[in-house]
Amino acid sequence: MNMIQAINSAMAVMMERDPDVIVMGEDVGYFGGVFRATAGLQAKFGKTRVFDTPITECGIIGVAVGMGAYGLRPVPEIQFADYIYPALDQLVSEAARLRYRSAGDFTAPITVRSPFGGGIFGGQTHSQSPEGIFTHVSGLKTVIPSTPYDAKGLLIAAIEDNDPVLFFEPKRIYNGPFDGHWDRPSKNWSGHPGGEVPGGYYRIELGKAQIVRPGEALTVLAYGTMVHVVQATCEEHGIDAEIVDLRTLLPLDIDTIEASVKKTGRCLIVHEATRTGGFGAELSALVQERCFYQLEAPIERVTGFDTPYPHSLEWAYFPGPVRLKMALDKLLKD
Amino acid sequence: MTAERPRANLPPLTLHVPEPKFRPGDEADFADVDVPPAGAARRPEASAAPDSFHELAYSLVRVLDDEGQAVGPWNPKLSPDKLRRMLRHMALVRAFDERMFRAQRQGKTSFYMKCTGEEAIAVAAAHALERDDMVFPSYRQQGLLIARDWDLVDMMNQIYSNKGDRLQGKQLPIMYSTKEGSFFSISGNLATQYPQAVGWAMASAAKGDTRIAATWCGEGSTAEGDFHSACTFASVYRAPVILNVVNNQWAISSFSGFAGAEATTFAARAVGYGIAGLRVDGNDALAVYAATEWAAERARTNQGPTLIEHFTYRAEGHSTSDDPSQYRSAQEYGVWPLGDPIVRLKRHLIAIGEWDEDRHAAQDRELAEMVKAAQKEAEKNGILGHGLHQPLDTLFEGVFEEMPWHLKEQQAQMLAEEEASGRPWARK
Repeated sequence: MNMIQAINSAMAVMMERDPDVIVMGEDVGYFGGVFRATAGLQAKFGKTRVFDTPITECGIIGVAVGMGAYGLRPVPEIQFADYIYPALDQLVSEAARLRYRSAGDFTAPITVRSPFGGGIFGGQTHSQSPEGIFTHVSGLKTVIPSTPYDAKGLLIAAIEDNDPVLFFEPKRIYNGPFDGHWDRPSKNWSGHPGGEVPGGYYRIELGKAQIVRPGEALTVLAYGTMVHVVQATCEEHGIDAEIVDLRTLLPLDIDTIEASVKKTGRCLIVHEATRTGGFGAELSALVQERCFYQLEAPIERVTGFDTPYPHSLEWAYFPGPVRLKMALDKLLKD
Repeated sequence: MTAERPRANLPPLTLHVPEPKFRPGDEADFADVDVPPAGAARRPEASAAPDSFHELAYSLVRVLDDEGQAVGPWNPKLSPDKLRRMLRHMALVRAFDERMFRAQRQGKTSFYMKCTGEEAIAVAAAHALERDDMVFPSYRQQGLLIARDWDLVDMMNQIYSNKGDRLQGKQLPIMYSTKEGSFFSISGNLATQYPQAVGWAMASAAKGDTRIAATWCGEGSTAEGDFHSACTFASVYRAPVILNVVNNQWAISSFSGFAGAEATTFAARAVGYGIAGLRVDGNDALAVYAATEWAAERARTNQGPTLIEHFTYRAEGHSTSDDPSQYRSAQEYGVWPLGDPIVRLKRHLIAIGEWDEDRHAAQDRELAEMVKAAQKEAEKNGILGHGLHQPLDTLFEGVFEEMPWHLKEQQAQMLAEEEASGRPWARK
């Protein structure tokens, strides 16, 4: 399966298993979603379980919170993560705090799916990576898969989770892994082990990272599209990196991170999102606090620049193989 | 920036900034507020098409006339027993408010908000709804809980954030929550409950349930985007929900003109959304009851949502942190043409020979004693800042269903701080 099919399969599996799971969002019903992630679901499960919504993100999330309070398990979609901001109040002030402010009386077991990330000439409002906004909010979980297999298992776990989960889908790798070389032909998932996806139910526990490549020279912390870009770059230059795919940003798998950095003594943090105040800053602080005496070099961050995401200058902005190589060289030179 | 005016032959544009009619020191006069006679508004079928409510959205549904008689097609014809129960609940809300306001002034808690003058809106609605219909209130519908006979001690425990507080001291006073009472957790963020109520109602419909939802916001909050989202969703999916707008003329210091009241009514907003819209005398408990009962029937028979504007007046300050004498005429409430909701219902019961002033006075005394006794009971659990609060560990509970490592670490840090401080705070 590609990642779209895996995500579609996760929703189909969960809707089959739990009559309280409903799917809603702009264009997700009859049409099956602008990325086809919900294709066929309405025909299979009916209009009261899979339906189109008005174009109002604040309404979509607000209604989902109310449905969650009733006892349903809504899976709302925000068409692009760039358009999640009108729903921020409902996510930050309501979904995230409902359990806490009602001392467990009411909960918001919602899973907000949203395509995110760049590398597709999406320009300013089809490329953003806003995960750092949400990891800053207590009460929200943030999940970002990097393969179809993980996408399905993590989405099932997110839907089953009784807390609100933001599930960001790196749309650059919907159809295949991306090595960062935009000028080479794109690959699909058929040759990749992460493209092997069981048809039935399985779950990947939230809050668990995965070491996608064991290594000794340094630790790379990455998620989403950047996992593949880092992997390809290290392979190309023969760097024995230990690459950790975080998969869940919050709650974070601190044990895996700590063990890896203590082993390698060096740490590179990689994300597409802008640098200042990004999630990489939190990762860097945590590694510094916990692995200070094992660190042999300053922690490096490879990120998007602190600008809005550009259109024509995309490949100068995107943290690709060249930026990665320079950071790796700097980290490994001592 | 003052630029040289282009097209100098045209008259300059002017910006209209609304201004209330009366400011502190002004003599208030509401002679120009259009108050149609009781009984004048027609009562449509509950199945009437949403586009047939135009004149109802600009008029005022009223039942109680100046002599205290219930008149016209909206008269809900309630039994004397039910009328007395409603009156009692409204009087209890007022007694509760008085006592808790005073508790705040005595420093026993940090904050309180009264609903004086608006008691009919929540109490009569609660009497017209079923006990298990889910209500999504703002912070000024304490009458819903009281009309559902919710335990006053439990409410006060919340206000005091004491060790009996079910919300573990996590919420500002009056931000009640009880799933058992079908009363949704109150949020400080305005109008967020509006789309949530619609979502709850949609869920009820999707599951083939028979329960409906009702929600309330003030007229000021209708300016929030959530109001628009909620109305759109409610209309699109014909959600079984009652959308109440409590137009009490004031949003803290801003008069209703800043929410758009100079140009239209709030009930009229419904017309544009294709929602049935009623404008009701909010100080007339029978009109509120009748409109709610009508809207509930409409919702229960899958005819869709109703938006009800309750025309009323916020008799007191916005909250214990507010001083209305700084921005409005002190005379306003005294000359407000719709009067006092408790006085009007009392007069009706007396007019039909089912009540008298002596019984009313005796009831007021009884309710005051009852509230006082509840307060005494609640204060045994502590008042704010006097140590009898929740165990400190609870600070970290309920952020998530299960506590992640980073919260466990911070919890341990807090407990270490407490040890170091030597504070005598109990910890379970």
